[in-house]
Amino acid sequence: MKQPNLYLWLIPLLPLLGAAINGLLGKRFSRQAVVAVALGFSGAAFCMALWVASQFSSLPLLPHVETVAPWLRSGGFSVDFAFYLDQLSLIMLLVVTGVGFLIHIYSVGYMWDDPGFYRFFSYLNLFMFFMLTLVLGSSYLVMFIGWEGVGLASYLLIGFWFTKDSAAAAGKKAFIVNRIGDFGFLIALFLLIQHFNSLDFQKVFEAAKGYSPETAGVGFLTATALLLMLGAAGKSAQIPLYVWLPDAMEGPTPVSALIHAATMVTAGVYMVARSHTIFERAPSALTVVAIIGTLTAFFAATIGIAQTDIKKVLAYSTVSQLGYMFMACGVGAFSAGIFHLMTHAFFKGLLFLAAGSVIHAVGGEQDMRKMGGLWRKIPWTWATMLIATCAIAGIPPLAGFFSKDEILWRAYQASWAYWLVGVVTAFLTSFYMFRLMYMTFSGEYRGDAETAHAHDDHAHGHGHGHGGVHESPAVMIVPLVILAFLSFFGGFVGVPGSLGGHNQFDRFLGPVFRSSTPVVNAAHEQPGEAAPPEQTTEGTEPEAGHATEITFTAISVGAGLLGLFLAWLLYKRSPDLPDRIADSLHSLYSAVAHKYWIDELYAAIFVKPLIVISSVVFWRGIDRGVIDATLDGSAETAKEVSDNLRHMQSGNLRSYAGWIAIGATGVIGYMVWVWAGAR
Amino acid sequence: MVPLSYYLVLSAILFACGVTGFLIKRNIITIFMSIELMLNGVNLSFVAFAAHWQQLSGQVFVFFVMVVAAAEAAVGLAIIIALFRTRETLNIDQVNLLKL
Repeated sequence: MKQPNLYLWLIPLLPLLGAAINGLLGKRFSRQAVVAVALGFSGAAFCMALWVASQFSSLPLLPHVETVAPWLRSGGFSVDFAFYLDQLSLIMLLVVTGVGFLIHIYSVGYMWDDPGFYRFFSYLNLFMFFMLTLVLGSSYLVMFIGWEGVGLASYLLIGFWFTKDSAAAAGKKAFIVNRIGDFGFLIALFLLIQHFNSLDFQKVFEAAKGYSPETAGVGFLTATALLLMLGAAGKSAQIPLYVWLPDAMEGPTPVSALIHAATMVTAGVYMVARSHTIFERAPSALTVVAIIGTLTAFFAATIGIAQTDIKKVLAYSTVSQLGYMFMACGVGAFSAGIFHLMTHAFFKGLLFLAAGSVIHAVGGEQDMRKMGGLWRKIPWTWATMLIATCAIAGIPPLAGFFSKDEILWRAYQASWAYWLVGVVTAFLTSFYMFRLMYMTFSGEYRGDAETAHAHDDHAHGHGHGHGGVHESPAVMIVPLVILAFLSFFGGFVGVPGSLGGHNQFDRFLGPVFRSSTPVVNAAHEQPGEAAPPEQTTEGTEPEAGHATEITFTAISVGAGLLGLFLAWLLYKRSPDLPDRIADSLHSLYSAVAHKYWIDELYAAIFVKPLIVISSVVFWRGIDRGVIDATLDGSAETAKEVSDNLRHMQSGNLRSYAGWIAIGATGVIGYMVWVWAGAR
Repeated sequence: MVPLSYYLVLSAILFACGVTGFLIKRNIITIFMSIELMLNGVNLSFVAFAAHWQQLSGQVFVFFVMVVAAAEAAVGLAIIIALFRTRETLNIDQVNLLKL
C-alpha cells in the first residue's frame, strides 16, 4: 500500500507565515487584521492537525516519515528536513495546536489594549512554529531547531514587557539556564553522531536496539541518556535547573499558560519519551530521571505552599507536575507520563488562563492576599478554575485523577519510595491549589476596589474605563470553558483496567514505546513481539492486581481530599490560623517562603564566582592584561621607537652626511674585517 | 724608500680630517676647504699606489681630479661670493631658505 502524503510540513509552516506577516507588517495593521492573521494561521494549523489525525488510522506504515528537502550531506552522515508522525507526535501535535489555538483566542481579549499587540501575536505564532518543528522533527537535529527556537520564543515572550527590568532579567535568566541544558543536549547529539553516525530517529533507535542494557557502569548509552536528561531538565524546569520557570511568570499570562505550562516545558518529557529506546538501555540513567522527577515534584510542591503571588503558585505547581511526568518516564511508564502531559496541558493551561482572568478582573493585582471573595463577581472564571483545581488535585473522575493515579501506580511498581513521595506531593498539590482557590475566591475582598484599575499598567496595559472587579469578555471565557470541558472529560481516554476501562491511551501509545521499527499499523499486538515488562499495558495485567490498584487509587484520592480539607480548615474556617502556624514554625516557613534560598545559593555558588572570575581573571587578567596589553604594548613600543628615530630626520644636511660617513665606516670596516679573516 | 702603508695612513688621516671638518664646521669656506682636503687625501693614495705598482694610470687620474677640483673651486667660490652678497653670512646653518 502506498504511503499517502499528509503535507506535514505545512503544519509548522502556517504559524511561521502568520508570525512573518504580523511581525513585518503588523505595525500598520488594525488590531482586527492582526487577530485575523494570527488566529487564521494558528487555526489553520489546528485544522491541519485534525485532518492528519483523521487520516492517521489509514496510514499503512508507522512511523510515517515525510522528507521535505535534504539538509546536511557530509560523507556518510546526512540530515534531512523531514517530519515524523507516530502516535506520540500525533498526541503532541494535537495538544500543541489545540491548546495553542485556544490560548491564541484568549490572548485576543487579554492583550487587546497592549501597545505591542501585533508583536505579541507574531511571537506567539513564532513559538507555535518552533514547537511544531520540535514535535514533528524526524531527527534529533530538526528537533533541536525547534528546541532552540522555543527557547528563543520563550525569551522574547518572558521579556515581552522589556521596559520592566524584572521582565528583561527573567527573560535572560530563562535563556541562560536553558543554555546549560542545551549544552547537555548538544553533547548527547555529538555522542550519537560519533557512535551511530546518524541523528535520524529511526536509524538511531534501530542501532540502539543492538545494545544490551548497560547494567554495570556508565557506558555510552548511559552517558547519552544522562546528557539528554540534562537538556530535558533545563527545558522542563527540573532540579537543578528549575529556577528559571518561576521567574518566567514575568511574561504575559497567556504566555505562562501556553509556553510555561502547557507546551514548551513539556518538551523535555516528550524528548525523554521519544528517546525511550536509549533510556531503556541505560537503567541507571532511568533511575536518575525518576529520582530527579520525584524530588522535583515534592520540592516544588512545598515551595508552592507559601507563595502569595497567584502565578508563582501555579509556576511551582507546573514544576511539580513536570516532576510527576519525569517520575513516570523514569520508572519506564512513558505513556503514563505523556498521558499526564496531555491532561496537564488542559488543566494547567486552564489554571493559568483563569488566573489571567482573575488578574484582569482585579486590575493587574497578582498578590492573593489582596484578593478574596471574587467568586460572585467572576463566576465563570471561578467555576472553570474550580474544575481545573479539582483536576490537578486528582479528584475523580476529572482528567488529572486518571493520569496521576496511573503514574503513582506505576511508580509503586518500581519502588514504594517513589509512590510515597508522589502521594505526599499529591496531598501538597491539593492543599496549595485549594489554598489558592480559597484565598482568591472566598471570604471578603481584601483589595482596594477604587484603585483596582490604577494598577493596570503595572502588569499589562489594560485601560478599561469601567471600574471595579468585572468578569472577562467572552473571547476570554470561551477558551476557559472549552479547556474546563477537556479537563473534566480528558481523562476518560485513559481509564485503567482496575476501574473498568481499557486504558485506550496506553494502548494507542503502546506501539511507540514497544518498538521503534516501522510496524504495520494496528497490528501491534502480534504474538511473538514480547513487550518489555515496564511497558505492560493495564489490560494485560492479571485481574488479581486490580484490588491492590484500587486500594492505591483510594489512598491517592484520600491524599487529595485531605489537602482539600486542610486548605478549607486553614483558609476558610479559621483564616488567622495560617499566620499562627507560620509564626510557630518560623524558620521552616521562611525557608519555604524564600524558596529554600535556592536562588541565593545559586547566586553565591555560580553567579557571583563567575562574575568575580570573569572580572578579575578574564576581563582584567586576560582581556586587559594579555590581549589588550599585547596590542597596546606593541603600539606603544612602535611609538617610542619612532619617537626616538624621528630625531634622525633632522633636516640638517650635515647630520645626514655624518650618518653616511658612519655607515660608510661601518661597511668598510666590515669588508676589511672579512678580508683580514679570509687571509 | 718610504713604505706604501705610510702613504696610505697619511692619506686616511687627511681624508678623515676632511670628513670631520666637513661635518662639524659651520663656515662655508672651511667646509669647502675640507672637501679639498678629502680630494687631496684621495689624490695622495692614488699617487702612492701609482709609484708602488709603477703604473701611470694612477698619476693620470690625479690630474683629472685636480682639474675637476679647480673647476669646482671656481664655481664654488663664485657661489659663496653670491651667497655672501645676498645673505651677508657664511654660516650655513642660516642658509636654510629651502627648508620648511
